Amino acid sequence: MAHLSLNNLEKTYGGGFKAVHGINLEVKDGEFMVLVGPSGCAKSTTLRMIAGLEDVTGGEIRIGDRIVNALQPGKRDIAMVFQNYALYPHMKVRSNLSFGLRLQRKSKAEIAKATADVARILEIEPLLDRLPKQLSGGQAQRVALGRALIKKPEVFLFDEPLSNLDAKLRASMRVRITDLHKRLKAEGMSSTVVYVTHDQTEAMTMGDRICVMQSGHIMQVATPKELYNKPANLFVATFIGSPEMNIIEGAVQGNEFHTKGQSIALDAALLARLGARPRQAALGIRPQHLRLVPEGTGLKATIRSVEFMGHEVYVHALLDGTQITVVVSAAEFEALGEGASVVHLRPDAEWVHIFDRESGQNVSLLAQG
Amino acid sequence: MTQTQTTALSAAHLAQRRQRRAARISMVLRYIILFSVGLLMLYPLIWLVGASFKTNSEIFANPGFIPKDPTAEGYIKGWETSTAYTFGRFFWNSFLIILPKTIGTAISCTMVAYGFARFEFPFKKLLFGSVIAILLLPNVVTRIPQYLLFRDLGWLDSFLPLWVPSALAGDAFFVFMLVQFLRAIPGDMEEAARVDGANSWQTLIFIVVPMLGPALISVCLFQFMWTMNDFLGPLIYISSVDKYPVSLALKLSIDTTEAFEWNRILAMSVLTILPALIVFFFSQKYFIEGISTGGVKG
Repeated sequence: MAHLSLNNLEKTYGGGFKAVHGINLEVKDGEFMVLVGPSGCAKSTTLRMIAGLEDVTGGEIRIGDRIVNALQPGKRDIAMVFQNYALYPHMKVRSNLSFGLRLQRKSKAEIAKATADVARILEIEPLLDRLPKQLSGGQAQRVALGRALIKKPEVFLFDEPLSNLDAKLRASMRVRITDLHKRLKAEGMSSTVVYVTHDQTEAMTMGDRICVMQSGHIMQVATPKELYNKPANLFVATFIGSPEMNIIEGAVQGNEFHTKGQSIALDAALLARLGARPRQAALGIRPQHLRLVPEGTGLKATIRSVEFMGHEVYVHALLDGTQITVVVSAAEFEALGEGASVVHLRPDAEWVHIFDRESGQNVSLLAQG
Repeated sequence: MTQTQTTALSAAHLAQRRQRRAARISMVLRYIILFSVGLLMLYPLIWLVGASFKTNSEIFANPGFIPKDPTAEGYIKGWETSTAYTFGRFFWNSFLIILPKTIGTAISCTMVAYGFARFEFPFKKLLFGSVIAILLLPNVVTRIPQYLLFRDLGWLDSFLPLWVPSALAGDAFFVFMLVQFLRAIPGDMEEAARVDGANSWQTLIFIVVPMLGPALISVCLFQFMWTMNDFLGPLIYISSVDKYPVSLALKLSIDTTEAFEWNRILAMSVLTILPALIVFFFSQKYFIEGISTGGVKG
């Protein structure tokens, strides 16, 4: 049972390029932590530093009470699942699973039992005598998972393990991995997980907490719900959620938010939450939280295009030059009438966020916190 | 209407037949050309085999390769040689050079190539540059300094100068070939092995070497064939007849007889090329895989 902590972790490459800028992260014992971010945000580098595959140039990594910076990957008590499985091509599945245990010079009986247990849990018993090239993508990924599981490590590391699978298989593997995590936790086994992905669906559905990264910095660490409802900054606000949050440029003046040509009254509770008023502000509102209202009572936007998604409709519109998206029910859209070119919108007061345009911070959360 | 249709059909049919016939003629021509050029290339080898069964007088009288009166005399007498040793002794000598040289090359070049391909160390670029420089250096240039060195070590008239340098990764070509092959293999498997607890040696032996298989077979084959054919090396370092490898022994039969017994020489030449041919045909598949996949796939 171990927690993982990164303290001021830094990575600078030979050419002087700084990939990771002194990040701090605590992963609690048994927690499923997802590192998510766009490509090049250093999430994989961070994971590889935890694994010991990448040198640490500053700060420390602790697993349990040990500082593991200088330890070889094999001595860190971790297991890792790679994006392209990285199964040993010349070994049968059985040998792939037991390779780590054989290196530890475990007894034959012990190895056989551990292999059988893992094969049963992951339902790969019929595959034990096959070579990796005879496996499908999903099967290979389960073997890779088994190779991690068999070691009973303190920390599991996953490096985009599902990105090579097709959408259907990815969904089922997602469930399998979360179930496995719950099962390990329930059985009192160590189950601390650090999971890297660029897919926000994976992040939102799998993680106990999510760490959003950008350019080697941590932007926010929070539960999926909190991340969605209370994004700490513009980056998180637009990165999490699909379709992404609408950001409308403007300024807070008095009790109103002024866009380029229109204004809308802000909720008293929101105004109370607001700390210092930013000079340049942006109003953030998710497409689901914009309501259609009668003319004269909201912000006016010109419809550009419409996407029918079945039970709901995505309306893409232009609000004072800013591209926004509104999600409305099919019935509501019908009510607009044929050939409507303009919509009037009012944001749900409780879901409005005000961001400082300069720092990017969500100032409507600051006073709260 | 029907008349026109029938005419059109038969015209189409005729055109199709003409096309088929043209294709067949072109194919026959192609094969005749390929076969005759192939035969031209192989003729010396075929003649060699045929002539080794001829009598000495027939060799020059009959230009064809099928012997009129086949005889195994060339093989029997040739095998006995004009020395106190049979040709078997010379084959054994060749084997004693080839075995340590090939095994040593495979092991040492793998280690050096692994180092260059997977590790960062000071002066790596300079050292790898020198490997490439050695690759371009003509062998002859190092003959004299090497000879002096081995003389001082007291290794003259022994097999050591013939295999020790190669067994210490002295053949830059093989190092380079394996480095290129390794670079094409993704490093993920090795990283997985490290996470599994393997140290660098264990990773090399359990993970890298099995993946290098085809390339290593190519290395061994090349080394085998080049050593079998090496004439200059043994000529310089070996002086006692009892230590001659087959390449030198062939020359021996030319030197020591007053009138050349050509059928014996040809018979022994056939025997000399046999091992290389047999080994090549058995491992052809891996050999081609090894030299063709080097820079392409992982």
